[in-house]
Amino acid sequence: MKLELRGITKKFGTFTANDDITVVVESGQVHSLLGENGAGKSTLMNVLFGLYEATAGQVLIDDSPVQFHGPGDAMAAGIGMVHQHFMLVPVFTVAENVALGDEVTRAAGILDLEATRRKIREISDRFGFHVDPDALVEDLPVGVQQRVEIIKALVREAKVLILDEPTAVLTPQETDELLNIIRQLRDAGTSVVFISHKLREVKEISDVITVIRRGKVVGHAEPTASAAELASLMVGRSVSLSLEKEPATPGEETFSIQNLTVLADNGQVLLDDVSFGIHNGEILAVAGVQGNGQTELTEAIMGLLDHASGKVVLHGENLLGRSVKSIINSGVGFVPEDRSTDGLVGTFTVAENLVLNQYDRAPFARGMNMRGSVIAENAEQKIGEFDIRTQGPQADAGTLSGGNQQKVVMARELSRPLKLFIASQPTRGVDVGSIEFLHRRIIAERDGGTPVLIVSTELDEVVELADRIAVLYKGQLVGIVPGDTPRDTLGLMMAGASADEAGAIDIDPVPPTDTSTGTPVANPEEEHGNE
Amino acid sequence: MSDPANLPDRDPASTQTPPPPPAGSTPGGAAAGNTPAQLAEASPQDPQASLMRRITTGNGLVSVLAIVLSLLVGAILIAATDERVTSAASYFFSRPTDMLSAIWASVSEAYGALFRSAFFNTQADGFANAIYPLTETLTVATPLILAGLGVALAFRVGLFNIGGQGQIILGAMLAGWVGFTLNLPAGLHLLLAVVAGIIGGAIWGGIAGVLKAKRGAHEVIVTIMLNYIAVYLLLYVLTTPGFQRPGSNNPISPEIHESAAYPLIFGSGFRLHLGFIVALLAVAFVWWLLNRSTTGFELRAVGANPQAARTAGINVSRAYITAMVIAGALAGLAGTAQISGTERSLSGDIAASFGFDAITVALLGRSNPIGTMFAGLLFGALRAGGVGMQSNTGIPIDIVLVVQSFIVLFIAAPPLVRSIFRIHTGQKKSRKSTARTAKAGGAA
Repeated sequence: MKLELRGITKKFGTFTANDDITVVVESGQVHSLLGENGAGKSTLMNVLFGLYEATAGQVLIDDSPVQFHGPGDAMAAGIGMVHQHFMLVPVFTVAENVALGDEVTRAAGILDLEATRRKIREISDRFGFHVDPDALVEDLPVGVQQRVEIIKALVREAKVLILDEPTAVLTPQETDELLNIIRQLRDAGTSVVFISHKLREVKEISDVITVIRRGKVVGHAEPTASAAELASLMVGRSVSLSLEKEPATPGEETFSIQNLTVLADNGQVLLDDVSFGIHNGEILAVAGVQGNGQTELTEAIMGLLDHASGKVVLHGENLLGRSVKSIINSGVGFVPEDRSTDGLVGTFTVAENLVLNQYDRAPFARGMNMRGSVIAENAEQKIGEFDIRTQGPQADAGTLSGGNQQKVVMARELSRPLKLFIASQPTRGVDVGSIEFLHRRIIAERDGGTPVLIVSTELDEVVELADRIAVLYKGQLVGIVPGDTPRDTLGLMMAGASADEAGAIDIDPVPPTDTSTGTPVANPEEEHGNE
Repeated sequence: MSDPANLPDRDPASTQTPPPPPAGSTPGGAAAGNTPAQLAEASPQDPQASLMRRITTGNGLVSVLAIVLSLLVGAILIAATDERVTSAASYFFSRPTDMLSAIWASVSEAYGALFRSAFFNTQADGFANAIYPLTETLTVATPLILAGLGVALAFRVGLFNIGGQGQIILGAMLAGWVGFTLNLPAGLHLLLAVVAGIIGGAIWGGIAGVLKAKRGAHEVIVTIMLNYIAVYLLLYVLTTPGFQRPGSNNPISPEIHESAAYPLIFGSGFRLHLGFIVALLAVAFVWWLLNRSTTGFELRAVGANPQAARTAGINVSRAYITAMVIAGALAGLAGTAQISGTERSLSGDIAASFGFDAITVALLGRSNPIGTMFAGLLFGALRAGGVGMQSNTGIPIDIVLVVQSFIVLFIAAPPLVRSIFRIHTGQKKSRKSTARTAKAGGAA
């Protein structure tokens, strides 16, 4: 089936989200739409799905114009979509979810789940999905949930499958699996529209690449194009993809955690006896598949968790057990993993968010009175310095794009003298242009002599920033390896192999001279990696 | 104690309101856009809480339209129950103008009377008599504004404070006790009574705050139960020697001493007392607290996103307690206005239904202190005017209750109001669908 979007224009008031976009998806082809966040990719797909009415332009299937009035029409015409946020009912089984909206019924309207189960098994076997139709969706890992979404589309006999930022929620391994699945689908004759801003994946999977910038098609590229070419096409200026950074000049070790253990409310061990130290002017990046204790690590340091034991030492003082406020005030900058729930108050203005944890300190407050003019000046200055794209300091932070929201959080945390900087997923959901900027700021903080702890599930980011890499697996420290350790090795360690097994050198996380923080990880015979 | 949910059996809505808009059924939710703004909004916050937020802090236009619609519904009720209209309706097809003029006459008479009894009596002789209704409105508005501020403040911190009634009662109880038991010089006595009222309300609100903060008890349940406790505690203490009027068998306290009463602003001919000025000062205080103080910044942050507030080092538990203590204190001031202002003695009916009306007032005022003040004034006017309307035209004051209740209904269903007035902007539509995307995203 050939799908064509011809001259699609979509305006919201005076804002043009899509400007005369033409995309032709041939049968059995993987067609990537590459563009930054907010470039108009998703608007285009919503037009295709009849969720928005196009201001101008046409959708054609096999060269005949069609008109969709909603997702139902599009699905009936053979177009399936997997959204970035899955549309699944967590307490339903896979089969129930797949049946939902397209239920097969027997006489008297009795649900025939067996038919759905059969179809799921069939598809699952054909493409090697390994999905159990009777598993509860909430029990499944994210990667498998995504496959359920794909099955949903395939059961409805989709000839064109649209994947909207499908890898944003996946681990590197899951990403590879997904790309394999896409290849199989393509070989079976399904067309795939792959929407992404991640160059590596787009290059790997695409037959055709269409680059969209500010609502316009700015060019087509071959998958053989270099990442730098694609990036500059996407951003509209040349972007340096590999960061030039000076080698670290580590100073004294002023921050360390010792035997940090974190329990969940139900007693489950989330972080198991983790110890390491970070030197002044050094970046330690924590790698690991999401959900292996990284979130707990940062939150425990910030005093956000109740059941934490061990020690978190900064300049000789134990932070564990102190209030979040006193930890912040002792000079710890923290960029939380999820900016919209933890980092920002969406209904507060940019100016207010820029002082979210400084509002009661000089110069922003005098006694109980907040000083609006000082806060506004601060906002103006930060907006300029961090190039935050906003309508102004009084705009609600929630109206900013993801990258700009992240800049707000970064600007707030990096704008005071720090003794420790922690950033969790510092560039998640951020476009290429902003990533470069944010990385530079992090390195600048390091070069200023601050110990920096980065947590990221993006290996690219870990490799790019880290002076040393610590790998977490199931809440345990698998090992600490040099920053230039190959990705494959890291991948193995992220799956639980010890540094030895993975063929890397487990460097002593703490210099031997420092006796205060002797850790079991330094010992190659330690049992952590063997779990 | 009147119950705002207790609407009359008549169903005026059926004559007036179109079917609700297909919110939730449009497919927009499934794949609504990913423009940056929307992405940002689709934060995985509790959808229930965000709906609550939108209702309590939504835009002022919906408030105004809700009032207009509710008055319209009231007009239909007035017309439908008017005898002249009913008899003219029987020959509607031969002389339709008769019915129309009958409708006009009944509605304009009723609302005319309402207006004259609420603001300015054009038919009175003498200026003092003419503005008497206005002073009545301000008098009735005083406890409404104060208790409304308490509810509004709690709303802003994400707490649904249903306990205004109990907090008013406790405030009135303590202030009353100080007023009729102690013998103190004039200024000091009043001051002490006011402080006692504040403390009484603050304790009652604070209990709910502490239970919420320390034990996670839902403030709605706790405040409702505290209302019952307050009501029956009051009835009980009114039978004990410390509170019951000597020589009386009725559950009523002695009158408070003159030294503990709010001075009357316009002399003995009017009921308007200094408590109204206290209410205005409270409006200014709450405005400052919310918009200009560090405490208010904390409270608002906790209300808007408790998780981000906590991450920023704000003590969320303490914010809940602070908010409920201040909310209770404001309601306690409303109790003081009752006991030291209008009632002068404690009875089972001291709080009337002000604690519940306060919820409506805060909703209508969009949890904004200035808005709450105007909403309180409006409700004061409706209440004061309703009395005059009943005595002049025979239309029961219950109509006013119906109008008030409809205001809440329309505010709680902004999409309904929007669809009636066809306020549709692409912005709003996509925003709505994004809320649903967030819901779906959160579920996935």
